[in-house]
Amino acid sequence: MNITVCIKRTPDTETRIRIAEGGDSIDSGGVKYIVSPYDEFAVEAALRLREAAGDGTVTLVTLGDAAAAEQLRSGLAMGADKAVLLEGESGFDGLATARALATELEGHDAPLILLGVKAADDDAQQVGPMLATLMGRPCVTAVSDFELNGDTARCQREVEGGTEVVEVDLPAVITITKGAFEPRYASLKGIMAAKRKPLEQKAAEVPAARMTLEALELPPARPEGRIVGEGAEAAAELVRALREEAKVL
Amino acid sequence: MGDVLAFAEQRDGVVRGVTHEVVSTAAALASELGGECHALAIGGEGLSGSVGALGGFGAARVKVAADGALAGYAAEAWAAIVVEAVRAGSYGAVLFPASAVGRDLAPRVAALLDVPMASDVVEVSGAGGAVVVRRPVYSGKAFARLRMDASPAVVTLRPNVFPAQERSAAGAVEEMAVSVDPSSWKARVVEFKTASAGSLDVSEASVVVSGGRGMKDPENWALLENLRDALGSDVAALGASRAVVDAGWRPHGEQVGQTGKTVSPKLYFAVGISGAIQHLAGMRSSGTIVAVNKDPDAPIFGVADYGIVGDLFEVLPALTDQVKALKAGG
Repeated sequence: MNITVCIKRTPDTETRIRIAEGGDSIDSGGVKYIVSPYDEFAVEAALRLREAAGDGTVTLVTLGDAAAAEQLRSGLAMGADKAVLLEGESGFDGLATARALATELEGHDAPLILLGVKAADDDAQQVGPMLATLMGRPCVTAVSDFELNGDTARCQREVEGGTEVVEVDLPAVITITKGAFEPRYASLKGIMAAKRKPLEQKAAEVPAARMTLEALELPPARPEGRIVGEGAEAAAELVRALREEAKVL
Repeated sequence: MGDVLAFAEQRDGVVRGVTHEVVSTAAALASELGGECHALAIGGEGLSGSVGALGGFGAARVKVAADGALAGYAAEAWAAIVVEAVRAGSYGAVLFPASAVGRDLAPRVAALLDVPMASDVVEVSGAGGAVVVRRPVYSGKAFARLRMDASPAVVTLRPNVFPAQERSAAGAVEEMAVSVDPSSWKARVVEFKTASAGSLDVSEASVVVSGGRGMKDPENWALLENLRDALGSDVAALGASRAVVDAGWRPHGEQVGQTGKTVSPKLYFAVGISGAIQHLAGMRSSGTIVAVNKDPDAPIFGVADYGIVGDLFEVLPALTDQVKALKAGG
């Protein structure tokens, strides 16, 4: 079975965010970029399915600038077969991103489309279900594990207070969260092989965004706290402070 | 275009706490936009009785789409019903909770309506007629202020951030006629596995008790459970750092931080958590933060309001006893 996985180039989660001059972007100086961690789970899930089936192709797609080729190569090094870089702006309007991806993916013969549950930069959790809706496909979101039985995927989905088991008919879109699909490391052989794998670059058809970023701000600094004491004896003072000063008990 | 529709989430006929926040916020936004707040509930038979009280949170009308086949969440059918309700009115905004259902449903609704959406919003205003939101990005390491340039603006609201405000008003309940055909659904919820009886989700709790590597062994989580129970298991939930989730000690559903959940409880306890930047991102918007750690230089103390330096195996039982004594004393 052919599987397409949509991935995104995002800053490493350890990055300390600084706002760039102008106030509408982050300062990318010194920032290390990675494949969004949730998308790595999706790539891993696709590779395992392909390996279990013994045939099929895993295709990676990203919307981004030319530098995102680096993240496609990372996915190819993990074991994906080919990649498509849609060059275009991926902003805060998830629907614009979903449309650009849908335009590309309509041409893919992929009964299964996987994405991370969200991107580690915009944290929006929109693109998967939007893409599915635009393509007229069912979608299961926040899936921590799933298995294929013929043309049905049985998905474990995280919700408040438990796990839902959802069965979905293919063709489908599934968004993956942390769970069963701990991503593999790329081997040296994989990294070498990735250089020779096909990576197609083309201009994306991204509709104009309909959300305007007015400002990007750092969170307000928290007032300095205080150490109420050391060891078990401090518990009484802590509870008093929580009750009388913070008024939260 | 000034009305605001609030999605009124319920489970098994019980209106969820976050729904009161969503309806109250929708009512406030509607008055800024010069319209009315309407609530929409979707679920099984007998729903009208349980959602009628939403008028008391500012819903001038409470629309109810009830059918036995809709008792559980069914994404395709629910999205179609929300879209039908939106098209039947004149809405400037549609608000959902940023819950598992809301996060799944709202993007489908936005795509069907062909309007953009803002996720996990912590501020929303309609000043000047345009909906403007503020939302965390990079897991709370920054905030984006966004103006929504299409109508209706589809928005999910982060739980625990917006006040639930009771008003002396009563909304009229209106039944929506629905016809559903479950045999056509391409995705079906076939089973629900409860995490553990009565356990509250970390993203919804008003108090979170989180443990990290310093807990040393998953069996020691009983100490955190005791503190949670003393605080009240109806308001308090357990959380975990990424390190202990990666070690397999706790389920991912409890993970707080980047690649986990971003939480905003009134009170957050970080016990045996040193405070990696990814964890701080996920909990720094909590109301009051308490850190217990034996290392006085741990970064967690940099964001904590109150800290205790010491051995958590001594501090936790003492803290639990003090909380119990406080609660017993009224």
